[in-house]
Amino acid sequence: MSSIGTGYDLSASTFSPDGRVFQVEYAMKAVENSSTAIGIRCKDGVVFGVEKLVLSKLYEEGSNKRIFNIDRHVGMAMAGLLADARSLAEVAREEASNFRSNYGHDIPLKHLSDRVAMYVHAYTLYSAVRPFGCSFILGSYDEDDGAQLYMVDPSGISYGYWGTAIGKAKQAAKTEIEKLQMKDMTCRELVKEVAKIIYIVHDEVKDKAFELELSWVGEVTKGRHVLVPKDIKEEAEKYAKDSLEEEDDSDEDNM
Amino acid sequence: MSSNNNEWRSAAVSTGTTIIAVRYDGGVVIGSDSRASMGGEYVSSRVINKVVQVHDKIFCCMSGSLADAQAVTNAVIHKLNFHSMQMGEPPLVQSAASIMREFCYNHRDELSAGFIVAGWDRKKGAQVFDVSMGGMVVEQEFTIGGSGSTYIYGYVDAKFKPGMTRQQCVTFTTNAITLAMDRDNVSGGVVHLAVVTESGAERQLIPGNKLPVFQRI
Repeated sequence: MSSIGTGYDLSASTFSPDGRVFQVEYAMKAVENSSTAIGIRCKDGVVFGVEKLVLSKLYEEGSNKRIFNIDRHVGMAMAGLLADARSLAEVAREEASNFRSNYGHDIPLKHLSDRVAMYVHAYTLYSAVRPFGCSFILGSYDEDDGAQLYMVDPSGISYGYWGTAIGKAKQAAKTEIEKLQMKDMTCRELVKEVAKIIYIVHDEVKDKAFELELSWVGEVTKGRHVLVPKDIKEEAEKYAKDSLEEEDDSDEDNM
Repeated sequence: MSSNNNEWRSAAVSTGTTIIAVRYDGGVVIGSDSRASMGGEYVSSRVINKVVQVHDKIFCCMSGSLADAQAVTNAVIHKLNFHSMQMGEPPLVQSAASIMREFCYNHRDELSAGFIVAGWDRKKGAQVFDVSMGGMVVEQEFTIGGSGSTYIYGYVDAKFKPGMTRQQCVTFTTNAITLAMDRDNVSGGVVHLAVVTESGAERQLIPGNKLPVFQRI
């Protein structure tokens, strides 16, 4: 499986002989153990979907949210250690807030993403701290610059995307995302596809119950990042479940 | 009697000033006089330019204490340049005004300078902001400032019309400054103008003998 670092993996301030920083790679493993989160950008906004595994029936519905509001116009979906992500969400909120205070307008998403990525990167330099064990996807929408989507991982890099996935089923999710023509879709169409992808990649055997967290920001929300309203979410989930049944049915026909 | 004569030697250099900026559809016209005085008696410079370029398409007019105004303006130029490089695009006029305000407000007890920030950006086009001494920012169609401005409130209020052309704005600005210089003893000299549009900034200087004449006594 993964190679053991033996001796070179004790702190983030050590390179291995083949040029790897094992602590950062281990942090990314923590992200891969978590359930999936996806973010997709379309022509008029961004939609986030998170497969939130429910570990106990005793949990209140909606607890342990994995989608955060960073600023009015920016949303963040995470995978990995939730506590680490919460702390980074606070960092992102302060960045966005200070920017507005100093410069008088909303923070551009690329700049926010760069700033938070720099912060995450700082924790990969020293032996006294451990890297953050979470990746997250940032998304925003404004009239002038349109929809934007960025992803930051534990190594502290950030890239812009049209669609991306993080967590255990990220490969399967990315395959599904690549099938979409997101540049021509609107948020209303996309929200159904996002729900469908989460349902597709969810493993019924290994993980039982899950809650779908859906949020969006775009022209449809006038540039504010909000959770998808209940009725639209129910419609999206119904579409997702129906699509899955159709595929099941067509499999049976082939047999 | 003689006790008054030498007070100017120890007075700080102030820009007893007239500054003005006005926006039109497509750009802004910014103007100032050119006199720097000490103590209201001695003119330490008769050709000073109070219209400072803080970025390619954003200008700033200074009023109040010259030292304070220059210090703040230089700090704004530095910060705005850095900000613009981080953003990877020309800064918004709103950002320049905000940076200006942060300085003026946070150091309000030490500073004695007021500004007009005006320019053009791709999001909102031409804008004029008045950043007053304590750090209040207000966006307006046109604004006047400095000691000379008190004499021309009536003129600008009566003569300003929305929807003026660039040439009408230049005339409006030049007339306003001239009238103020005629009455304010600490404003005078030449008229410095700058016009900022999407395509860039142009400076103009109107020497004393080319200024409009309003009354012969």
